Amino acid sequence: MPVQFSDTTLAEVKKLVARYPDGKHKSALLPVLHLAQDEFGGWLSLETLDYVASVLNLSPIEVYEVATFYSMYNLKPVGKNVFEVCQTGPCMLNGSDEIIAYIREKLGIGPGQTTADGLFTLKTVECLGACGYAPMMQMGKHYREHLTREKVDQIIAESRK
Amino acid sequence: MGRKLLLEKAHVENIRLYEVYRREGGYRSVEKALKSMSPDQVTDEVKKSGLRGRGGAGFPTGMKWGFLAKPAGVPRYLVVNADESEPGTFKDRYLMEFIPHLLIEGMITSSYALGSNNSYIYIRGEYAWIVDILEQAIAEARQHGWLGKNILGSGFDCEIHVQRGAGAYICGEETALLESLEGKRGNPRIKPPFPAVKGLWDCPTVVNNVETITAVVPILNDGGEEYAKIGIGKSTGTKLISACGNINKPGVYEIDMTISVEEFIYSDEYCGGIPNGRKLKACIPGGSSVPILPANLLLKTAKGETRMMTYESLADGGFTSGSMMGSGGFIVLDDRQCVVRHTYTLARFYRHESCGQCSPCREGTGWMEKILWNIETGKGKMSDIDLLWDIQRKIEGNTICPLGDAAAWPVAAAIRHFRDEFEWHVNFPQEAQTRNFGLAHYADALELTV
Repeated sequence: MPVQFSDTTLAEVKKLVARYPDGKHKSALLPVLHLAQDEFGGWLSLETLDYVASVLNLSPIEVYEVATFYSMYNLKPVGKNVFEVCQTGPCMLNGSDEIIAYIREKLGIGPGQTTADGLFTLKTVECLGACGYAPMMQMGKHYREHLTREKVDQIIAESRK
Repeated sequence: MGRKLLLEKAHVENIRLYEVYRREGGYRSVEKALKSMSPDQVTDEVKKSGLRGRGGAGFPTGMKWGFLAKPAGVPRYLVVNADESEPGTFKDRYLMEFIPHLLIEGMITSSYALGSNNSYIYIRGEYAWIVDILEQAIAEARQHGWLGKNILGSGFDCEIHVQRGAGAYICGEETALLESLEGKRGNPRIKPPFPAVKGLWDCPTVVNNVETITAVVPILNDGGEEYAKIGIGKSTGTKLISACGNINKPGVYEIDMTISVEEFIYSDEYCGGIPNGRKLKACIPGGSSVPILPANLLLKTAKGETRMMTYESLADGGFTSGSMMGSGGFIVLDDRQCVVRHTYTLARFYRHESCGQCSPCREGTGWMEKILWNIETGKGKMSDIDLLWDIQRKIEGNTICPLGDAAAWPVAAAIRHFRDEFEWHVNFPQEAQTRNFGLAHYADALELTV
């Protein structure tokens, strides 16, 4: 099936491009890559990147160099639920190493891996700006903070429903 | 109780909503500026206030605005830096999440002063839900005539747009931010030209931190001189401190810059002390990039004076015995914590976030991470400590942007103040695996703690 934005998303792209002066549509690239990732299964395939290039009238290389630079763009398929656990200093001081170890044990995967059922991906990430509410992780659009083993159990159970 | 200028209304119920914010006195600064002041008069108030950039560098905001080039027929831009990513820092998130209209109000007033008809908020990609909060506030402001064409009949037009990044600490550096806003990789630009002359799409641009722009609201309401009366010396006004690590009450606090570091850590009004009967070992007072200080040098300067929460006092002693206010990311380490391990996580952070443009940073951050990992896991040699020192010196000052310095300083300070802890890891690799370096060496420091 060819990659193709829905009409709603195409309208959204048009609105994004209108925020910049004429000829500066390249500025819409980061937001449009977010839209593409959301619409096409949580990751950006080469085909998707080429499609975004055609939508924004950019050369494919302009899209590749951006997609490979920023850590939020997934260039490989990910699970339905992505746990992005912060491991930087302030979270480490409050036990993020133990939380990461616990998630590894519960899900049987390491950072960068996805469970066989395709439900979970574990990623370790750097500071997300939630240092006062550590340890924490990002799940989709939201943060899960003050993590404990019990809270991890609960999040995993919720995600399995 | 210290003066609150930014967070005074943060706990009013539903302050996120326009009606409540307006009822509580919101948007008065816009009325005042657009109805009774010229753009230059607004800039003059900011100059008089002594406000310094709250993102980390502490550069005088009014002066930065004064540098903005104004060639005829060329658009100018205000870009708000909401790419808050410095470990330990989460104050801008708090402002945007809970009082979004304060930022929008500050942006309209500032845009008027600078002559920016299209202003942008560049927000880190991970703060995805805050984008919705900001978009809602912008929509409400537009609906009530604070944005759009001919605002309040002044002839001034202004629109605000929110741009989401996608995960890159380097985009907090202002020229990398502009590159990213132009849809490119976040590689910092060589300066000069500075953004004030050639910024966004090669037009004159001011890039200011979120907290800086929100401070413009009380400055306009009360006058720059009133604002300057708060604080000590060149540390005027209030500063948001995001406190984290091993403290009883982590969170975001607004301080007027007149309190001591000791009061900030131990007072119930702020951090509330160290939990579980533990003792203060060390602290990074201004975000992960600034030098770590052991307890003794944190609470008192090398001259024996009480260290205050001001730009000058935190920097007293230079890098030999002082640190920096930086972004206000206040990270506290208790006596269980291992300085080597903590420094390793920061080195890993900077290696991950280096854009790769400059060799000293790209290569050096990787070396530092690997060497620190070896020392931490009992595979280090004594010569590794000197090698680390040597590498950080070769990074500092030798890169296009300050990320190189930011990566070098934490390593340098850790070795400077905690060299015995590094040596202990090398001498007792087995013990280093199972327990942390004891506190005996810091006994003198700990007697100082309350």
